[in-house]
Amino acid sequence: MSFLAIRNLSVRLKNGPALLRRVSLDVAPGEVRGLVGESGAGKSMIGKAVLGILPPSVQITEGEILLDGTDLLSLPAKESRRRIGASCALIPQDPLTALNPSHRIGPQITDRLVDILGWTRAAADARARDLLTEVQIADPARVLRSYPHELSGGMRQRILIASAFAAEPKLIVADEPTTALDVTVQKQILRLIAGMQARHGTALLFVTHDLGVVSKVCQQLSVLYSGLVVEDSTVADFFASPRHPYSAALLAATPKYTDPDAGLHPVPDAVIDAVRAEVAAFDRTLAKGVKTHG
Amino acid sequence: MQILRLTILRLLTTLVTLAGVAVIVFFVIRVVPGNPIAMMLPPGATEADIARLSALYGLDQPLVTQFGIWLGGVVQGDFGTSITTRQPVLDLVLGRLPATLELSIMALVMAVIIGGAAALIGTRGRGTRTEGAVDVANGMALSVPDFLWGLVLMLVLGVLFPVFHISGRVTPSLDLPFVTNFYLFESLVRLRFDLWADLVAHMFMPALALAIPLAAVIGQLLKQSLKETMNLDYVTLARTKGYGETHVILREALRNAVLPTLTLVGVQFTFLIGGTVIIERLFSYEGLGNMAIDAVINRDLPLIQGIVILFAVIFTAVNLIVDLAYAVLNPRLRHA
Amino acid sequence: MLRRRAGLRLWLSALWLAALVLAALLAPWISPRDPLTQDLFLARLPPFWVAGTEPGYLLGTDSLGRDVLSRILHGARVALLVALVAGGITCLIGATFGLLAGFLRGWVDMVISRLIDIWMAFPPVLFSILLIAVLGPSLTSIIIAIVVIDWTRFARVVRAEAMAQGAMDYVASARVAGRGRIGTMLREILPNVLPTVVVLLTLEMGIAVIVEAILSFVNLSISTDDPTWGGMISEGRTSIYQAWWVLVFPLIALFLTVLAFSQLGEGLKDRFDPVLR
Repeated sequence: MSFLAIRNLSVRLKNGPALLRRVSLDVAPGEVRGLVGESGAGKSMIGKAVLGILPPSVQITEGEILLDGTDLLSLPAKESRRRIGASCALIPQDPLTALNPSHRIGPQITDRLVDILGWTRAAADARARDLLTEVQIADPARVLRSYPHELSGGMRQRILIASAFAAEPKLIVADEPTTALDVTVQKQILRLIAGMQARHGTALLFVTHDLGVVSKVCQQLSVLYSGLVVEDSTVADFFASPRHPYSAALLAATPKYTDPDAGLHPVPDAVIDAVRAEVAAFDRTLAKGVKTHG
Repeated sequence: MQILRLTILRLLTTLVTLAGVAVIVFFVIRVVPGNPIAMMLPPGATEADIARLSALYGLDQPLVTQFGIWLGGVVQGDFGTSITTRQPVLDLVLGRLPATLELSIMALVMAVIIGGAAALIGTRGRGTRTEGAVDVANGMALSVPDFLWGLVLMLVLGVLFPVFHISGRVTPSLDLPFVTNFYLFESLVRLRFDLWADLVAHMFMPALALAIPLAAVIGQLLKQSLKETMNLDYVTLARTKGYGETHVILREALRNAVLPTLTLVGVQFTFLIGGTVIIERLFSYEGLGNMAIDAVINRDLPLIQGIVILFAVIFTAVNLIVDLAYAVLNPRLRHA
Repeated sequence: MLRRRAGLRLWLSALWLAALVLAALLAPWISPRDPLTQDLFLARLPPFWVAGTEPGYLLGTDSLGRDVLSRILHGARVALLVALVAGGITCLIGATFGLLAGFLRGWVDMVISRLIDIWMAFPPVLFSILLIAVLGPSLTSIIIAIVVIDWTRFARVVRAEAMAQGAMDYVASARVAGRGRIGTMLREILPNVLPTVVVLLTLEMGIAVIVEAILSFVNLSISTDDPTWGGMISEGRTSIYQAWWVLVFPLIALFLTVLAFSQLGEGLKDRFDPVLR
């Protein structure tokens, strides 16, 4: 059984356009699913919905988010927040803004272990040191006493990764975790996340626009266009033969590490038009009230 | 190191400002019409009597000489002698200062509590009717100055529902054991809670009147910066950790949101202290401001000078403290 | 929804102020009594709905038997006169200083900024009382005191605004096109700081009304006989337990007027500033 199951999730801007169109997907325990699409396709929105941190300007209009079999959306806000806190974590996009500038690093990792999960202070501190060692930070004791502005971006992202794994969550949402970093650091961080995921057996929802990253880290993937899941398959199948013309074009537009000189093929206009027409047709059938299965 | 340099720089500009205040006060009040000496003497006094007394107070010298003598005294802590009470100005002023300080600090505490609560409630209910209500209340409180709030409070809580005293600092018939003029503080130290309650019952309305506009400023600014902070990534991250909304606001957002509010609150606090002058008069509270108005009405030049200089010192000191507090609270400046 | 509420606020304020202007202009004709006539037999009559009053004294009488309503109407004249004249002159002087400091910079800015700093170190109420004591209590003194104390309000804001505008490209292009410094200031900068100045002026008028009331309250305004709201409040304060109406009605008039000026200013600010809206 899958740990996370999203069923027919629709999200729209209040009084505005749809952002997610009946999205369904599954993440089994220990599995890594990539969410791929251009910016604005709604891939980050899925992660935010799962973690209950959608901005107040958007609303969920239908669907279920089943976490370990319980629908989060049917629970009172407090209870769903408690469940999310107990079994999920986020690796945010921008390490420079994701640490509180007025607290030291240590408490930012350990406080929730003590406050919410009831650990002893000593156990939490020991855990934080171990984790920082695991993410290859040389002097954990010093870093734990530092303020965020004293550390580099790569270092802060390592800390955020360590913090995400601190309570051994069942599921981690990684929201484009390497986009804000230097190219040189990106690879290390990616390898780090993949290694941590494998060692801890954590399920991972990996939001990215980079198919190259997906091929390295993920087993499953969902390709989104304008909030619609156009392809849902295993990574191996996808790279062998993408089923949807849009995702095939997206794949063709990705630079290949094996053959960097092959040249890029931007997604052709005809494919874009076709997928737009598909979204429009989807909206029309929805408006008619005809049930479809996405 | 940086803080030290900042302190020295600020102290220097403060000195320049204070010198400017001293010059202006001295020369402005020398233009006061009406001879204060003539007012002190009985109606039958002769010109010679007036001249003798003028010489005694140094008022027969040229202005610049008078200024020199006065400034020389001030530097040594001698602010001259009050013409009406014939007591040293410094003693009079310092005797009243504690009453005004206690009132101002009480008002500041009230403003921080009320304004802070308004900001937190408004942030907690952002986008709902609660926030709208907080905004309207803030707008009202900000539009009307302390003088009018004082009158309104006096009518409602002094006359209509007589909960608090409308005049004085303490009930006159009470036997006061105090050795300092910090009555409120000393009553606590001596565990005389009966006296403390009486002092608070007198101080409550003037302090609240002073606090209302400042509370509105704090409420508005703090809510604004809290709302901005609540959209930042580290606050979102804290939410995913399972913390409740109130905890997120208090622990993650508040400290970073307080910094931009702090500087402006400093300036506003000096406005509050300036407001004590009229509020003390309104509630017949025996502080510096009330004494200042009497001094102006009685043309007591040395006393006026002393009081205005003291107010200016308090104003600049508050600004200095705020600047330094900002530097200390901001970890980026502290460790740079 | 928010726009409509803001619009309502603007209209209500303007309505109250318009009514006040009318009352002030027509005070000699619409006042039921002479505001100065004393009649000790009619002292401390309560307002019309309370038992034991005389007909014709709608809002009661004060301790000298003068009609409260008539005194409020005449008091509006003093309040509005101070608001207009003091507000206007303060605005003119303060905005000029601010414009000069913000646009010319250099030593002009240094001198004006230091002056502002010194001014900010004075408690304003004490400063105004001091000035009135020096100048002698009169309407002119009040206006002078307000101008002398409050010019910094305009100077500070206009200086900052002029500095911000001066850094913009359109100012540079005007200079390149050959316009002189003063010409650029008046034709390019001034129109852009004008909305701010109008808002400040509205707020300043409310402040002027309050300052006049405060000075009347400490008996330093015009002669205590003349009807002013602050003077009435001061008198009402002493008889607060015997005749609350002597304090309450002028207080309401003062409260609403101050609120109206400030709400008008805030409303205009929202109108002028598209970002805030």
